[in-house]
Amino acid sequence: MSYQKYYVPEESKFPIYIATALFLLVMGAAGTINDLGKPDSNSVYILYSGFAVFAVTLYFWFRAVIREHIAGLDSAQLQKSFVFGMGWFIFSEVMFFAAFFGALFYVRNFSVPWLGGDGEKGLANMLWEGFEASWPVMSTPDAGSAFVLADKNMSWPGWGNALKWLPMWNTIVLLSSSVTVHFAHLALKNDNKKSFNTWLGITVTLALIFVGLQAAEYYEAYAHYGLTLNSGIYGSTFFMLTGFHGFHVMMGGFMLAVMLSRSVFYNHFDPHNHFGFEAASWYWHFVDVVWVMLFLFVYIL
Amino acid sequence: MSAVIESHNHDDHHHGPAKGLTRWLYTTNHKDIGSLYLWFSFAMFLIGGAMAMVIRAELFQPGMQIVEPEFYNQMLTLHGLIMVFGAVMPAFVGLANWLVPMMVGAPDMALPRMNNLSFWILPFAFFILLSSLFMEGGAPNFGWTFYAPLSTTYAPPSVTFFIFAVHIMGASSIMGSINVIVTIMNMRAPGMTLMKMPLFVWSWLITAYLLIAVMPVLAGAVTMMLMDIHFGTSFFNAAGGGDPVLFQHIFWFFGHPEVYIMILPAFGIASHIIETFSRKQLFGYASMVWAMASIAILSFVVWAHHMFTVGLPLAAELFFMWATMLIAVPTGVKVFNWVTTMFKGSITYETPMLFAIAFVVLFTIGGFSGLMLAITPADFQYHDTYFVVAHFHYVLVPGSIFSIMAAVYYWIPKWTGNMYDERLGKLHFWLSFIGVNVTFFPQHWIGLAGMPRRIPDYALQFADWNMISSVGAFLFGASQILFLFIVLKTVMGGKKATPEVWEGSRGLEWTVESPAPYHTFTTPPKVT
Repeated sequence: MSYQKYYVPEESKFPIYIATALFLLVMGAAGTINDLGKPDSNSVYILYSGFAVFAVTLYFWFRAVIREHIAGLDSAQLQKSFVFGMGWFIFSEVMFFAAFFGALFYVRNFSVPWLGGDGEKGLANMLWEGFEASWPVMSTPDAGSAFVLADKNMSWPGWGNALKWLPMWNTIVLLSSSVTVHFAHLALKNDNKKSFNTWLGITVTLALIFVGLQAAEYYEAYAHYGLTLNSGIYGSTFFMLTGFHGFHVMMGGFMLAVMLSRSVFYNHFDPHNHFGFEAASWYWHFVDVVWVMLFLFVYIL
Repeated sequence: MSAVIESHNHDDHHHGPAKGLTRWLYTTNHKDIGSLYLWFSFAMFLIGGAMAMVIRAELFQPGMQIVEPEFYNQMLTLHGLIMVFGAVMPAFVGLANWLVPMMVGAPDMALPRMNNLSFWILPFAFFILLSSLFMEGGAPNFGWTFYAPLSTTYAPPSVTFFIFAVHIMGASSIMGSINVIVTIMNMRAPGMTLMKMPLFVWSWLITAYLLIAVMPVLAGAVTMMLMDIHFGTSFFNAAGGGDPVLFQHIFWFFGHPEVYIMILPAFGIASHIIETFSRKQLFGYASMVWAMASIAILSFVVWAHHMFTVGLPLAAELFFMWATMLIAVPTGVKVFNWVTTMFKGSITYETPMLFAIAFVVLFTIGGFSGLMLAITPADFQYHDTYFVVAHFHYVLVPGSIFSIMAAVYYWIPKWTGNMYDERLGKLHFWLSFIGVNVTFFPQHWIGLAGMPRRIPDYALQFADWNMISSVGAFLFGASQILFLFIVLKTVMGGKKATPEVWEGSRGLEWTVESPAPYHTFTTPPKVT
């Protein structure tokens, strides 16, 4: 086996800029959150500056990596490092969602039934006698004295109303986008760049539609259902799970849009050489699988 | 921003390190980054240690002595957080950076720029954490386990900064771990199959997997806290249908693998050192690997043994008790293998070996007290007493930290090219060994007698042993200044080290000259 040199860049300024950006981001975020309701706070500018440094540095960092790749500096072995790296990054994301799904599992199967007097720790019912456990929890154990109760929830409305139910459309849109991104991949492997661009464009559009529908759903929840972060554990789990998923959809959609523009404007990617796109598509499939879990455990069951 | 341009002229000659301060800011070299991690962790060790000194000074006598209870709580919280996230974990990452590429015959870490980022996040994160001492309401004061609602409803405003500091520490750990895994999976020299890898590499492969699996869960936990505190959610608030105990479940799902993250690399280190100074091949290599893998897998199903007294269903109490006791089996295999390696070996007692033997003995004591704590009905007595404090300090100080010190003495000739001063090293060992035992052994007794942890005052009956414990702590703390002196002295000069350094040492890192050249293995060695 002939040996190809593993490319180790000499020095790099990117990491220290990113670390500084993260510092500004979290100082700004924490300051902003602590100062909520204080009009004279300027923490938010720290947050913005952190975000700006972060975005700009990331742009140049990725640009440098892409240029190194085009210059042929990365060996097959280095490209394999990127493949492994992306895989493990997605695994870490899986575990992040696992924490929230675990919380949902726990409240649905343990804490809420116990508060309602069922099960081995049903003694908890003595805290708020009269609380009856149900899911979704529409009336909190304290009957809303510290919370603003929701009027309606987002659960499965029955087959008759299925097509008038936004999550169903969200599901259709996101599952289709997983298929279209796969078609894009197949087109790329067949060296059909035009078809690749088209299918990838459709995928990005579907991502935008999904985010739009999700925004509409949140608007409905806040404006007409009375369902907010502050309406007890159902609202908490609903918004945190769908919210983090939505945030990941935006990130994944942005990655795909970057890949699309790289392909359209710079003619990057060829049938054997497109891990940037493939990584983004892996991420997209991951986001899709999370949605299927959400659809099952947050909406339907 | 000029990586491409630079790369044109970097091929055909060997670079030494760049000059000046920016060498450390911009470096992509695994040895530089390893040194940064190690020095950072040592600084944190001294800061966290100073906090421990405050705690022991307050507990020197019963009654309120030198600090306010509020400040005492901040000290014990920051002591725990800094030692776990700032001292022990970065020290092991630093060792991984220095050693893993050399041990597997790789030119560097797989993703060198991300490696730099993983390190440089840490000073910022700990700057935020330490600056919370000067914020309104003081630093976090809810213990390193930050149980809700102490850390939510009743927390000082600085908790928001704490939450975000944990977030970026987590990002650092995850990136560092991805780098380690990718290096091990993708960068091994031809011929180095998985079951030929040095045990330190194996231990870090498993540790990195644990880190990637649980750091995001910690991020989830602190995010839920943030939402509960500022945005009205009720994850940990039973009035809204959540449960404070849910916090403990999520935290310990992270926390228990976390404690193995802090001990598995120590297992790898001890295996290397005991093998070398016994002048025998390690006994039971394969069983060592399987034992570490079993411990890692079991670590995911034992978390609720930290929560026996919070009101779990009986089935859970039983399951977590038995699962926890099961861990004694692979751990026993490891201790057996270390002892058997030493059996009939031609042992010499250089400083690394002294630390490694102390590690085996004292870690085993910590393991046994862990078994006592695993027994649910007994734990109802021990829970939140000094017995628990004694237990986890026995596994962390003479466990993890002794192994780190052993590793420094063992590999510092390879890092600096100079031998350390053996006489001073032995002195450091004995002072530390005596200090650690005088500090923590009596805490078993006062714990069994009922002294609660995390309280700045105590009943008169505990006075004598507390005073002895404090004296031991001051001795241990002071002897670490000697450690700093020894390391600096070795960096400055000393007897030159041979490439092999130790008689009969095994592994690729001993085949290169001492100090190891700035770039090792730019073409991979052949491993047979």
